[in-house]
Amino acid sequence: MTLKARRPDAFSPGRTPPFEETAKESLADAQLRRNLGKATQTIRRKRAAAVGEMPDWEALREAGRALKTRVMRHLDEYLLRLEESVTRAGGTVHWTRDAGEANEIVAGIVKGHGAREVVKVKSIATDEIKLNEHLEREGIKVHETDLAELIIQLAGEESSHILVPAIHKNRAEIRELFLRKLGVEGLSDDPADLTEAARLYLRERFLSAKVGISGANFAVAETGTVCVVESEGNGRMCTTLPEVLVTLMGIEKVIPSWRDFEVFMQLLPRSSTAERMNPYTSFWTGVSEGDGPQEFHLVLLDNGRTNVLEDERGRQALNCIRCSACLNVCPVYERTGGHAYNSVYPGPIGAILTPQLVGIGRDPGPDSLPWASSLCGACYEVCPVKINIPEVLIHLRGKVTRHKQDRGGLSAKLNPENAAMRAMARVFSDPRLYELAQKAARVGQWPLARGGSIRHLPGRLAGWTEVRDLKPVPRQTFREWWRESRGEG
Amino acid sequence: MLERLGHEVEFPFAQTCCGQMHFNTGYQREAIPLVRRFVEVFEPYEVVVSPSASCVGMVRELYPMAAGLAGDEGLRERVEALAPRVFELSEFLVRRLGVEDVGAYYPHRVTYHPTCHSLRMLKVGDAPLRLLRNVRGIDLVELPEAEECCGFGGTFAVKNADTSAAMLSDKCHNILSTGAEICTMVDNSCLMHIGGGLRRGRAGVETVHLAQILASTEERG
Ligand code: SF4
Repeated sequence: MTLKARRPDAFSPGRTPPFEETAKESLADAQLRRNLGKATQTIRRKRAAAVGEMPDWEALREAGRALKTRVMRHLDEYLLRLEESVTRAGGTVHWTRDAGEANEIVAGIVKGHGAREVVKVKSIATDEIKLNEHLEREGIKVHETDLAELIIQLAGEESSHILVPAIHKNRAEIRELFLRKLGVEGLSDDPADLTEAARLYLRERFLSAKVGISGANFAVAETGTVCVVESEGNGRMCTTLPEVLVTLMGIEKVIPSWRDFEVFMQLLPRSSTAERMNPYTSFWTGVSEGDGPQEFHLVLLDNGRTNVLEDERGRQALNCIRCSACLNVCPVYERTGGHAYNSVYPGPIGAILTPQLVGIGRDPGPDSLPWASSLCGACYEVCPVKINIPEVLIHLRGKVTRHKQDRGGLSAKLNPENAAMRAMARVFSDPRLYELAQKAARVGQWPLARGGSIRHLPGRLAGWTEVRDLKPVPRQTFREWWRESRGEG
Repeated sequence: MLERLGHEVEFPFAQTCCGQMHFNTGYQREAIPLVRRFVEVFEPYEVVVSPSASCVGMVRELYPMAAGLAGDEGLRERVEALAPRVFELSEFLVRRLGVEDVGAYYPHRVTYHPTCHSLRMLKVGDAPLRLLRNVRGIDLVELPEAEECCGFGGTFAVKNADTSAAMLSDKCHNILSTGAEICTMVDNSCLMHIGGGLRRGRAGVETVHLAQILASTEERG
């Protein structure tokens, strides 16, 4: 098996390639396409069934949307309240503007306790800031404890799904990896066997690590309670066994009050794992004497989020509760997989979140993501907090295009797509030119049209005729037929 | 077909394009004159019917965004007044007129692909199927994984040609599995995309717009 080298993503320094380039590679990988197709189709069907049981699903979605929208509108107030509540409960709150600040704070806490290793709960926010790499550079060993994250870490790869990071791997590939990396012998590819091998390996880590690191699904402003939702129970080990617990959360994860769980705990498990209830939901509020970690740090991360807030249409991307339903239904994700997005946030949500967090016009990779969609709308239909992803995609396409046109100088003006679009807009603005263009196309197409079909288009349009024929402009257009049969116009 | 049902139909020659391609590709400022033109041309009519769900979706769902971008309050008001009168053909017949049998005759084995914008943006539901079920002589067969996108997506098909091709190949595979001679739908663009894929594969299956089926009678095939 060849291991893909870790490559930079939208949140690491340097430029990333556009989606269409990386997607090409993924699409050529037949094994990947089979793994993904099977996995997403199964979870999609299960989700539909789990959601179908709920008579008030639409009302719940609307409640989730309304709550999150309110949080974004008053984010500053809720965060201050959260800080107050956490501090009152014996925790410490750190405010960080970007990845650099957050990494330094976390590393400082770990080193302050003389710890050489940490255990980690699955957290995308820590992936976003590349915390593991930073800690390793500081000489601290990081153990991912979520089974799929462990697989990814051992393989030296990146996650390709926000909930099932190793969705692109099948069990034969995982067995091979464990044999090599965990030093176990006589392992079969039976899932129970694979899990047992990981369990034995992780147990020792849980018992020896002094510091645990987690992300957060929710944090309650009213009480200071932090919540992690998971399936395996490994997260709970990390948040209860070590002496010190550090939680890193994006500032958008705050929710107003304890009661709001009523809505989110119904929406999240059914949308993400198609379960009525997930196996482990951990809540902790500051520190409790003699029980669990005796020191708790909450690191609040901005890293571009307040910039996203400025855009009233775009900011709904911050409402995401990371259920991953939109990935599982997305026909593009199903075929390209997560790596094609070059971001810790793949799929439809990644396509609207990544470019906004990174900032428009900074990197060709994130700038290409709003186009990584056929705008089929399946994501919007399943999103438990009703994020209108297609609308935001279109909105961001406009922002990126305008940025290029306005700042791109002469090369932007000479860009063939830009020139063609502007020319077409002129033709479409004048019905006479429009009809002339139809006639001209009919004349111009004769060298291309063979046997009633166009099989090769020139230039940038060749992508169309690689796999499809094109019907030529007919001998009589609708306009001509109408005019002839009604004698109008 | 509409005239057969007793409606007076006009085709304003001043119309061109609704601007969807420009708007959805990101050239949104360029789309604004097209939005204005559409509103001007169609404002005088009681009802506007289009054989393309995604164009109707553009008018109903995205014209307000375009008017906002233009910063033109007057245009926004005119858009809001016009948009509810713009219908996709099948929803106009079934929802607005309550007609499910248009007296068509079409003796072929047909499968129906619900296009994304008709299904999820306009929510036409089973309106096209209701119309098809009442067509004389038709042999209507169900399409597996029908609600999956065909991969057209406007300029997506050119910009992300490889992904689009992967989606198209799955769609064609499902269409062929039905044994249908004809695959029908309510969007011209998807029709062109799926039709192009089937023709390239020399699959012997044709794509035909729903309107063409509904317009066919025993006298006029
Ligand atoms: S955008 Fe919606 S569907 Fe997608 S992960 Fe977030 S909450 Fe789930």
